[in-house]
Amino acid sequence: MAENVDGCVKPSKGPIIAGPEIPTTDTVQTREEPPKMLARVGKPAPDFELSALVGKGFKNVKLSDYKGKWIVICFYPGDFTFV
Amino acid sequence: MGVEVFAISVDSRFSHKIWQEEELSKMVEGGVPFPLLSDSGGRVGSVYGVYDEEAGVDIRGRFIIDPDFVLRAMEVLTPEVGRNVSELIRQVKAFQHVRATGEVTPSGWQPGKPTLKPGPDLAGKVWKEWKPENAF
Repeated sequence: MAENVDGCVKPSKGPIIAGPEIPTTDTVQTREEPPKMLARVGKPAPDFELSALVGKGFKNVKLSDYKGKWIVICFYPGDFTFV
Repeated sequence: MGVEVFAISVDSRFSHKIWQEEELSKMVEGGVPFPLLSDSGGRVGSVYGVYDEEAGVDIRGRFIIDPDFVLRAMEVLTPEVGRNVSELIRQVKAFQHVRATGEVTPSGWQPGKPTLKPGPDLAGKVWKEWKPENAF
């Protein structure tokens, strides 16, 4: 049975931010410096791709792959914390 | 309601896996049914305004995104107070109702409660349609 190949470190894109000076919509870039808050209600949600536990396995999740659905994302301070 | 849920912290996917197996699966049979995402370094949390640089964690933030990928709601709390899932569900139902009908949901709206139809006839007449006790 084929197992997913996985290493100790698996890069994920993190925030996917459209380059502001590049007008083409299909061009995205990943920023090097700490990104600023971009989330605003009524505006497009900031996209991202992160590694994740999905079911029993690991895979990368890209938020915009779920475009067309209602999405809720919940940030929380940490695994094994109390609240 | 048809909602995709994602939980995000700065923990690694390995930590997520053990948390799911060792603790969450004892709260929810089979573990929580949504993906646990790993925001190493809080890069995504920074973009969503929830990354606490001093603590190095993403604080409690919750965001609702509609099918057009527009951010509809955000709620951010410091870590010691937990969320109200009923309020999250109420907000999702309200946004879904607004999207489906074009009506708007006044303060305290719950499914089944009256909505308002915005327009010139309603201006100055909301007091006839909506009473303060409806807020609760």
